[in-house]
Amino acid sequence: MTDTATEAAGRHAGGAMRELADDPSSRKRFLRMMGGAGAASAFAIFMAACGDDEDEGSGGSGAATTTEKKAATGRDLEIVQYALTLEHLETDFYNAVIDAGIIKDKALGDTAKMIRDNEQEHVDALTATVEQLGGKPMRPKTTFDAVLEGGPDMVLQTAATVENLGAAAYLGQAGRIESKEILAAALAIHSVEGRHAAALNTVVGKTIVPDGAFAKPASMAEVLPKVKPFLA
Amino acid sequence: MSHEQLVAPELAAIDVQGISRQSFIMRGAVAAGAVYGLGAVGPFVRQAIAQEGGGDVDILNFALTLEYLEAAFYNQGLKRVGDLSGDAKSLATEIRDNEIEHVAALAKTIESLGGMPVKAPGVDFGNAFANQKSFLKLAQTFEDTGVSAYNGAAPAIESTEVLAAAGSIVQVEARHAAAIRLLNGQPISDGGFDKSLEMQAVLDAVKPFVKS
Repeated sequence: MTDTATEAAGRHAGGAMRELADDPSSRKRFLRMMGGAGAASAFAIFMAACGDDEDEGSGGSGAATTTEKKAATGRDLEIVQYALTLEHLETDFYNAVIDAGIIKDKALGDTAKMIRDNEQEHVDALTATVEQLGGKPMRPKTTFDAVLEGGPDMVLQTAATVENLGAAAYLGQAGRIESKEILAAALAIHSVEGRHAAALNTVVGKTIVPDGAFAKPASMAEVLPKVKPFLA
Repeated sequence: MSHEQLVAPELAAIDVQGISRQSFIMRGAVAAGAVYGLGAVGPFVRQAIAQEGGGDVDILNFALTLEYLEAAFYNQGLKRVGDLSGDAKSLATEIRDNEIEHVAALAKTIESLGGMPVKAPGVDFGNAFANQKSFLKLAQTFEDTGVSAYNGAAPAIESTEVLAAAGSIVQVEARHAAAIRLLNGQPISDGGFDKSLEMQAVLDAVKPFVKS
């Protein structure tokens, strides 16, 4: 099910992911989890139930030791960590924008808060999933000063860019995910990112479907350099 | 190839749209797993997967039926809704064109897998075209249901290529849903996770609009 180019891209991106993992601020993640939402815990229960089929998957490696055709693998863990990194980035971005009071329009501000809440739910759910898989959740350190200094237009343009990129990033991983349960979860998030992207495209006067009738995927190797400016 | 002789007549309704009994069992088991915990249904799911033959074709035909419905809905709406605003008209046109492309791509994919694409269903959208409000209200239902249908069916897809195509389409459906919701003054999503629906729930939801 894999082609070598995709695998090579994944390995390359894997190095970048490990770089992010070394960030000491990842230990602060627990602060973030204090307000875990109901949806996130439902998700965690869902994920927990997935692992119970054969055994608890108790080793530190995170690779489930079942003989199931589509059980979670080390690659799944890497993909969930990658998604978690992107969701942290999005959540941090909206929090920075909201805290800075840059968006004056009431309706737009409400939309930004709603999207932020969605992203926080994604962070909580993915964090729980990483732990379920035996991994240590990633928590990148982010910076958006340059964007905030650019003013409201730059903030909205960046939001649209990040959401379109996020949607493409999930789509780029769908075919690589081994576990059906993780795939289902990723899809549930993927389409919400697509909704965000369409709404923000509308706000900045772009078409809701920049790729036409078929959304284009983006690989880890394509996505990570684009988010690097936001990583402190 | 995807149609099989049904042993249990009560399952015939499920097969009407070209969906195999195995696919349905699979979907039901996955849905049950979401509620009761996957451990309870794991072996059942594996059995259903093992039994599935033309599963991807069945799923694609299910998707094709939905896309036919959506394309027809926007086509008729664009002709019949009298008070469409400029924004609503251009959005409905863009969406309609996307749905037509989805129909063509799905039919082609089914053929490439050696399957037989289902025909366009007869449709009846009742009073949905009375005005822009009723039109956009049903549009939102169709788009949200479409997202849930793809998200529900996708994990059962065997082929990586077919999964990629379904993912590519569902993201566009989600974009449609958000844009329609903006016009309707609704939040663009219901929380952080789009619901997934099993096939039967989707078929029940669209049944009022299908005329055989």
